[in-house]
Amino acid sequence: MSYLRESRILELEEIARHLRVESIKMIYTRGSGHPGGALSAAEIIAVLFFEKMNLDPKNPKWEDRDRFFLSKGHASAVLYAAMAKRGFFSEEDLTRWGELDCHLQGHPDRVKTPGIEMSAGPLGHGLAVGAGNAMAARKSGKKYRTYVLLGDGESQAGIVWEGANVAAKFHLGNLTAILDYNDVQLDGAVHDIMPLEPLADKWRAFNWHVIEINGHNIRQICEALDTAEEIHNQPTMIIAHTTKGKGVSYMENDAKWHGAVPKPDQYEQALADLNRGGK
Amino acid sequence: MSDIPQREAYGRALAAYGEVNPRVVVLDADTSSSTLTHFFGSKYPDRFYNVGIAEPCLVDFGVGLSLGGFVPFVNAFAAFLSLRAVEQVRTCVAYAETNVKLVGHYAGVSDYKDGPTHNCVVDLAVMRSLPNMTVIVPSDNNQIVQWIPVIAEYEGPVYFRMSRDKSLAVHALDEKPVIGKAVTLREGGDVALIANGAMLGRTLLAADRLAQQGIHARVVEMHTLKPLDVDAICEAAAATGAVVTAEEHTIIGGLGGAVAEVLAEQCPVPMQRVGIQDRFPVTCKDAELLMDFMGLKVDDIVKAAVKVIRRK
Repeated sequence: MSYLRESRILELEEIARHLRVESIKMIYTRGSGHPGGALSAAEIIAVLFFEKMNLDPKNPKWEDRDRFFLSKGHASAVLYAAMAKRGFFSEEDLTRWGELDCHLQGHPDRVKTPGIEMSAGPLGHGLAVGAGNAMAARKSGKKYRTYVLLGDGESQAGIVWEGANVAAKFHLGNLTAILDYNDVQLDGAVHDIMPLEPLADKWRAFNWHVIEINGHNIRQICEALDTAEEIHNQPTMIIAHTTKGKGVSYMENDAKWHGAVPKPDQYEQALADLNRGGK
Repeated sequence: MSDIPQREAYGRALAAYGEVNPRVVVLDADTSSSTLTHFFGSKYPDRFYNVGIAEPCLVDFGVGLSLGGFVPFVNAFAAFLSLRAVEQVRTCVAYAETNVKLVGHYAGVSDYKDGPTHNCVVDLAVMRSLPNMTVIVPSDNNQIVQWIPVIAEYEGPVYFRMSRDKSLAVHALDEKPVIGKAVTLREGGDVALIANGAMLGRTLLAADRLAQQGIHARVVEMHTLKPLDVDAICEAAAATGAVVTAEEHTIIGGLGGAVAEVLAEQCPVPMQRVGIQDRFPVTCKDAELLMDFMGLKVDDIVKAAVKVIRRK
């Protein structure tokens, strides 16, 4: 565990802002994508890819790398933006997302895109796959950690809780899950469509270590990820309270922006909103 | 080996192979006493994972282990592996091209006691439709023993179909199967009988009966349903001019469906499909009796052969 200097926090906040701008540009250019859940996860992705995880973009299959599984695969824009900035592939590729000959698929594809650990799209797979990967790390005597980013909507799926069981049964302390709890899904508010609460109690009842944070606070994200490393006998669930569409005024907390594309004037406003958030 | 059920041959062979290949890990969904993976589990408890009655999680957990460099054998009843967990199989195994070995147990009508919900006569149609999937239907215990190292050493998704019960012995212990390469077990110019799994032994018996009538049947074992040995099908069609398929599966989308696709497009000859005629099985007290009841009798193959020859 190391104390994060204020200047580093500002750097990571700026990276998160950049990832939001890139996500909006990508979705606008492509004419499709999922802005709401990409924007809500920006700080979490920024901390994982630029502060926390040991990665080697020039050697994406490096066997000691930390593993990241995006279970909420529809937030691919923010993941692609982070991976391009980190150097897994060219930032130019982001402008070609979704073209027939581009490796970047609508949802992440481990076969086509270097550095993507697992294909995703249908919701709910990340935790059980991540648990298997964490078990493989333990069996191989590897020190790398496995991170899974889940959405709140997908936590309605039974497979998530099957994965929760298996990770707890095997005491996978090398597995950290982060829940992007923005409380909005495609059809409306999560608490209306299918309530999850009391969510922290549920995860504790499933024998997970639970930490609740503000998912837009860089220091809280870093400290929670550090704490998870100190928990050796059970997996950790970081419930990160976030805002869907964070940073774009008209998108915030509006289910309409789960999977919609801004029109030209909306696009300009989104960039203006995000630039106001920068330095 | 012919006096034990297929699942026992599999369970014992897998446990033996565990010593040869330390990368092999075995997963089960609370059926290890049925699939007999408990032989592996008791020999290698630290390489055996029982995830409970959660087939989707079973598949995904296996996928994770494969991403970490292990070779998971993922075991469950075929009915639940190929249906309840099919989305996991489609996305995380077939589409993601992970090195996972799916083993569907109690397939066909071999789980005669438990009835139609536990029988599985659609798994091959489901698995065959998935890109990147290799689909193998072993015919007897000796072949099962030989298949285990072959599928473990093959890099990529495999579906391996296992019967609960005994099947007629066909192969010597040292006959090594090759993925995608059909085996011609008997030459004959009047009709080609193409079969796999538990129906192969019955098909050889049918060929004997046909021989008594002066009909010379070529018998081809299509153990690999995907990739399909198209050349073997066309050669058999050219040599005989009439084809019968025999399978312990619905006639839609399995061996009969696959062979029909090839014949229609590449080498049209008259064809008959012996298999389950688009209906659910029933509960029964005996596996062989249930196979007979479902239209899989030796005589059903004989009748189909006679009929298809008349259509030449």
